[in-house]
Amino acid sequence: MAKITMREAISQALWEEMERDSSVFILGEEVGVWGGTYAVTKGFYDHFGGERVRDTPIAEAAIVGAAIGAAMTGLRPVAELMTINFAFSAMDHIVNEAAKLHYMFGGQFLLPLVIRTVGGGGRQLGATHSQTPDAIFAHFPGLKVVAPGTPEDAKGLLKSAIRTQDPVLFIEHATLYQTRGEVPDGDYTTPIGRSKVQRPGRDVTLVTYSKMLEISNKAADQLSKEGIEVEIVDLRSLRPLDMGPVLESFKRTNRAVIVEEGWRSFGVGSEIASRLYEEAFDYVDAPIQRVAQKEVPLPYNRTLEQMALPQVEDVIRAVKEVV
Amino acid sequence: MEKDEYLDLYHQMVLIRLVEEAAAQLYQQGKIGGFLHLYIGQEAVSTGLISARKPQDRVITAYRDHGVAINCGLPANQVIAELLGKATGVSKGKGGSMHMADVSKNYWGGHAIVGAHMPIATGLALGDQYQKNDAVTICMFGDGASNIGYFHEALNLSKVWKLPMVWVCENNQYGMGTAVDRASAVSEIRQKAEGYCIPNECVDGMDVLKVRQAAEEAIAFVRSGNGPFFLEIETYRFRGHSMGDPERYRKPEEVRKWQENDPIGIYHRTLVDQGLASEAELDHLEEKAEAETAAAVQFAENSPEPEPEALFEHIYVEG
Repeated sequence: MAKITMREAISQALWEEMERDSSVFILGEEVGVWGGTYAVTKGFYDHFGGERVRDTPIAEAAIVGAAIGAAMTGLRPVAELMTINFAFSAMDHIVNEAAKLHYMFGGQFLLPLVIRTVGGGGRQLGATHSQTPDAIFAHFPGLKVVAPGTPEDAKGLLKSAIRTQDPVLFIEHATLYQTRGEVPDGDYTTPIGRSKVQRPGRDVTLVTYSKMLEISNKAADQLSKEGIEVEIVDLRSLRPLDMGPVLESFKRTNRAVIVEEGWRSFGVGSEIASRLYEEAFDYVDAPIQRVAQKEVPLPYNRTLEQMALPQVEDVIRAVKEVV
Repeated sequence: MEKDEYLDLYHQMVLIRLVEEAAAQLYQQGKIGGFLHLYIGQEAVSTGLISARKPQDRVITAYRDHGVAINCGLPANQVIAELLGKATGVSKGKGGSMHMADVSKNYWGGHAIVGAHMPIATGLALGDQYQKNDAVTICMFGDGASNIGYFHEALNLSKVWKLPMVWVCENNQYGMGTAVDRASAVSEIRQKAEGYCIPNECVDGMDVLKVRQAAEEAIAFVRSGNGPFFLEIETYRFRGHSMGDPERYRKPEEVRKWQENDPIGIYHRTLVDQGLASEAELDHLEEKAEAETAAAVQFAENSPEPEPEALFEHIYVEG
């Protein structure tokens, strides 16, 4: 085990997969000569060359479209969209093409492609550059949507994403790149579509993923001092969604809080809460709580932005509502 | 070209015409759902174009795709079965009129979002370039697609990366019901290719031999490693945009004028006048195509519906 950053974990996964399989290549804006906007692909261009680390024009539809076509010919492209906010410029190719081509042509086309992108707020980038629209993408059958919260999961899940035959949207969080964590040595993969208990606890089931795992852990530390033990289930993948560990935990605690960074309406929390009510209604001892972003476009001003984003205190308050 | 090849082109064009006429009938009988875009009038374009490709060359097109499917070698059986949504259809009844593909024939669809298949086509060509395959990607699209962003992103990328592909604009004069000069700032679509320094040519799309010759030259140019080429092929659809078209945007005289230039009629006269085929030989080919179409309709009608389990098949390969 080594303690590395999220950035290093993602970078290692890409590097090792490119060394392992010559059909894996990267394309996107500033992935090559620049070394990646978030420095994830630093050093790749010099080592793998411009054919495999391809700088593209600022043209998101072309980036994702070209990745789809290349995947159809048997390659394993990893397309990088600089931020998830720019994915809207490639929305058609993500949801109308990548998510559907395998099904719509009776299974003829395989689309082993990964779209790596970066979401999340908290960096004072203003409303157009700070969104967490993960739930939108998770709406579409045919697409896999992965959003890791730890370096270990990021490395293992990205390797799985590159190796699977299905299209994967891999959402990294802009403020997690420096987060450090233990990562197993050597080659390993983490299965897509498996939730995981990241912290055991007896009193409340807290369901979360990505950046909100960090916030939730901090809240759980404080609550623990007050004698409230929170069990944190990390979804890791939004589609396929694994409710197994969530239900198992909820049937023990009978109380749940869902913490997500995106907006509350039609969000991840809505989905998880509905499923708990549908599948475990008899176990409900308190109304399920949701912690989410305020329903505003994120403002630039630091204080206002932090007011809109879920905070540790919001999580603590929600947990206390249900115990 | 050998004589057999001349005759084969004629057979393909007639077969497309008859399959499309049969499709129109089936649609009117309520046996085909959704949209139905017929290729009638444009047969010379894809017939000439695709006859010039080698087996390793990929073809990808938009939603007016039944004729292209037949030119790529798909049996009429599978085309009509797909129109009827049957399990024996080329996309197993899950794609329908606008989504036909057959990877075994190097036919990559059949795509229904205008222009969206153009970036995908760059990816197909990139796949061949990356793997050093001696293959060219032929990407067909309509004049209407030249106004959407995907067109521009894709053309630009193809030139920047010198991708082995032939862009083929089928200019049938209307994007749905809007005439080219009402929607495009330039009336010659090839001028847009000019803007990206992509060599280009304009071709008479009612003459299958002219299309074939231009396509042969374009494909050879691209195969030699020169990067993309752009063909604008002038053509006309004799029927409406789709089956539900009131055709308020064009006058019957205009349609009649183009119909006098029927690509099948033109080619018929060429073959006879140049002594390449006799009337009897062409009659025979027409009868053959009629029999094939009738058999294909019967095959499709007698084919089974997809099993209910098919609903959940092919969403993912794994998990």
